[in-house]
Amino acid sequence: MSTILIIEQVLNGLQSGVMLFLMAAGLTLIFGVMGLINLAHGSLYMVGAFAAAAVAGATGSFLLALLGALVAAAVAGVLVEMLVIRRLYAADHLDQVLATFALILIFSEGTRLIFGSFPLYLDIPDWLSGPVTLPGGIQYPLYRLALIGAGLAVALTLWALIERTRIGIQIRAGENDREMIAALGVDISRLYTLIFALGAALAGLAGALVGAIQSVQVGMGEPVLILAFVTIVIGGIGSIKGAFVGALLVGLTQTLGSVFLPAFFRLFLDPATAMSVGSSLANMAVYILMSLVLIFRPTGLMGARA
Amino acid sequence: MKKLLMTTALLALASTAQAEVKVGMITTLSGGGAGLGIDVRDGFLLALAQSGRDDIELVVEDDQQKPDIAVQLADKMIQSDRVDVMTGIIFSNLAMAVIPAAVNQGVVYLSPNAGPSQLAGRGCHPNYFNVAWQNDNLHEAAGAYANTAGYANSFILAPNYPAGQDALTGYKRMYEGALAGEIYTQLGQTDYAAEIAQIRASGADSVFFFLPGGMGISFLKQYADSGVDIPVVGPAFSFDQGILQAVGEAALGVVNTSQWSKDIDIPVNAAFVESFQAEYGRLPSLYASQGFDTANLLISALEKADPSDNAAFRAALREADFDSTRGEFRFGPNQHPIQTIYAREVIREGDVFTNRIIGVALEDHADAYAAECQMD
Amino acid sequence: MIRERHLNILLLAGFLAVPLYALAVDEPFTITLATRAAILALAAVGLNIALGWGGLVSFGHAAFFGIGGYSMGILAFHAQNYMPLDLGFAVLEGTKSMPVIWLVATLTSALAALAIGALSLRTSGVYFIMITLAFAQMFYYFAISWSRYGGEDGISIYVRNEFPGLNTLAPIQFFGLCFAALLLALWLNARLVASPFGLALNAARQVPVRVQTVGLDPTRLKLVAFVISGAITGLAGALFADLNRFVSPSMFSWHLSGELIVLIILGGVGRLMGPVIGAILFVALDHILGGWTTHWHIALGAILLGVVLFARGGVIGLLCGPKGQA
Repeated sequence: MSTILIIEQVLNGLQSGVMLFLMAAGLTLIFGVMGLINLAHGSLYMVGAFAAAAVAGATGSFLLALLGALVAAAVAGVLVEMLVIRRLYAADHLDQVLATFALILIFSEGTRLIFGSFPLYLDIPDWLSGPVTLPGGIQYPLYRLALIGAGLAVALTLWALIERTRIGIQIRAGENDREMIAALGVDISRLYTLIFALGAALAGLAGALVGAIQSVQVGMGEPVLILAFVTIVIGGIGSIKGAFVGALLVGLTQTLGSVFLPAFFRLFLDPATAMSVGSSLANMAVYILMSLVLIFRPTGLMGARA
Repeated sequence: MKKLLMTTALLALASTAQAEVKVGMITTLSGGGAGLGIDVRDGFLLALAQSGRDDIELVVEDDQQKPDIAVQLADKMIQSDRVDVMTGIIFSNLAMAVIPAAVNQGVVYLSPNAGPSQLAGRGCHPNYFNVAWQNDNLHEAAGAYANTAGYANSFILAPNYPAGQDALTGYKRMYEGALAGEIYTQLGQTDYAAEIAQIRASGADSVFFFLPGGMGISFLKQYADSGVDIPVVGPAFSFDQGILQAVGEAALGVVNTSQWSKDIDIPVNAAFVESFQAEYGRLPSLYASQGFDTANLLISALEKADPSDNAAFRAALREADFDSTRGEFRFGPNQHPIQTIYAREVIREGDVFTNRIIGVALEDHADAYAAECQMD
Repeated sequence: MIRERHLNILLLAGFLAVPLYALAVDEPFTITLATRAAILALAAVGLNIALGWGGLVSFGHAAFFGIGGYSMGILAFHAQNYMPLDLGFAVLEGTKSMPVIWLVATLTSALAALAIGALSLRTSGVYFIMITLAFAQMFYYFAISWSRYGGEDGISIYVRNEFPGLNTLAPIQFFGLCFAALLLALWLNARLVASPFGLALNAARQVPVRVQTVGLDPTRLKLVAFVISGAITGLAGALFADLNRFVSPSMFSWHLSGELIVLIILGGVGRLMGPVIGAILFVALDHILGGWTTHWHIALGAILLGVVLFARGGVIGLLCGPKGQA
């Protein structure tokens, strides 16, 4: 296997990792600050993708589509928070699981009611399409490079927001001691709505960005949701930094596992067996990674002690 | 539509004491695979409506693409609706869960889509008819097309599940060249960057892929954007009318194999395409044509025999005495189609993406399992 | 408020009456639906032991359900094809005998629960939820690519397995078997809760430190509960496979794990009959709403949401008041 191919695969792993981060960041913030397990986070991802496809179809502009995705997902997030989630902060995890599971059903079927059962069309804009040549002669799609860039930029912004702004201080305080910041006069319910909207917008943005190179269809959020949960659990729930590390680990494990595991088994098995053993193992790889992490570090890589 | 048909059928029952035929359709109407089931159902309903027969009562149920739900619905249709004929299942794994038990309980099953190899070979049954294709057929046709196109070094990929393994086997059965690579991807995978990089590095002169539904959309969009310009061949499942609009330009020029196409130039087909579009406001897909053909096969047999006379009814079905939208249609000894499979190319007509026939991939093609079928 | 005890008796009587009535008016499908509810209830009773009394929110009980199902699938597959099963160290004939299949299903899922539980109990809270999910997903992907047993297509068993002295193909007789298994599990559950082990487990969930001070290991108590729980859910899996005469990887899917949790919350967490009410309601809603519109998931979602927001403690909580009051 050539070096070029290996570098290209590492880039691919990075790209899926940073997109996963956009999902995981919101999930981990919402859990860290509000103590809420939100299974419906994948639905917000889907809302973003559908909104982007609808706006792109109407206006033809990719940037407007991204904006539409951000707004639609944030609005959906605020609505959900105010109508349902707000009543669940005091409830235990089980009630949250049931309620957000119910929200998945409503979102998926509602989307199908509005947009029909066929996948929608959303494409890369002309100015980002096609491959570019990287140093070393690697041909790599420009759009995927842009995704890496966008993901890193969002990560940086988020870091600055949390470390350097007033809202960030409130968020960090909220993670440590909820009663205390309420006592200090912060409007806690507004803060919660804001965080939920932020998480939703990030999920929607991820849905729109990824939707351009994937199929925009009902149910598209579910596999991503599971992966995002795996990510934040590996990283340590509540930790943005952990979500970042976890997302990159998961992205790289998935991409590299699917390429190198079959190749590895080919060293000592016949090609057909190696292919089937290798790809089965590659499918299980992230879950194996997650259970290994948890067995040795029961609260994730960067999680606080339970 | 469904309600309307059922009420008229019930009215017919009330006014005349005519023998009623009950047909149960289990198909996928919700979730990610719903587009396929909806097309089959709509094609079927269209044929029923055009036949003008009011003595056929149709019960439609949604299997949600879950095998255990499909089995439950089959039990319901057989036990409490007491249907004579069943049809509708889209996905092979659901077909394998439902069909063996159903045909063993004396129900005639007409498959409008799935054609798993087990049911074509050792598991064939006199009550089971396939009106679409055996699963391997379109992949075999893709292999045959690759030979005529002069491809000698193919890179092939499919998801890691039985239908995916059958697809690669089917392609290799006909394809005579070498393999530049062979990959099983994850079922439901949405990112193919890793596979596309391997294709680029492999030195292949052609790519064959079987990635049904959303997987195919993702693959084609990413492939088109990667700058790899090795020609792609695939079965029609990633290029049907419902999916093409979501793939867009990325699909233009791709060759795919299908037993049906909108432009098969016979009056039956032209009338079908026109009436489907008039009724539902969209172009029909191959699934819709399969639903339409299934209903017409059923109606042709009902004109000759009553389902209560099982032997006569099966004999009437075997004759396949109906006008198929794909032209010539007959059953082989295992009651699977012997038919011509075309190579099509994706084109743009106005602002709609669709397919155009560019040649015949396999003529009068029967499946590879017929010899194993011992019908008793 | 109704006394919980009275409600329980009423419920079981009703549960038995519906299929008997269906038998009388010749509606075999209603019996099939009741059987499905009984089996799902059994699986959820198993989960409820871990979740309701042990406080272990397992999001991966589909693993045991699937293992039970595949135990049945594999044994019956080898029997129906007259192909002995070569394990490397021993060669086994397949079997179509339900008691043998149930024994194998219970034992294998108990073993799996022991391994998964021992590893997962190193974590707690949300981490526990996610690590159990991870193990179930591993089984799911393994089953999908296990081509020897059909991969994603699963295994079809053409004739239902046999139980000495019964005709299992008659819907009402098979219902009887499943209902008996459910009663047995409920009885075991009630005994367990009242036993010293049950009391210690309850304490381990609420105040682990206090259990430790009297010399018991809370983790070990929870592990035992998890194993019993997995074994019961595994048995339910074997019955479910026999109901459908079919097994497939979807028995391992996370949707199923989620559905089992939903059943329990719907009925009432940590209530003996909670899973039973939940299963009956779920199967009934599925059947009634499903026949009504193809967009019935919206209605189902709204109903579930209503339960969470307005009926804390599930249906039993609504009827009988909070736990411990009646």
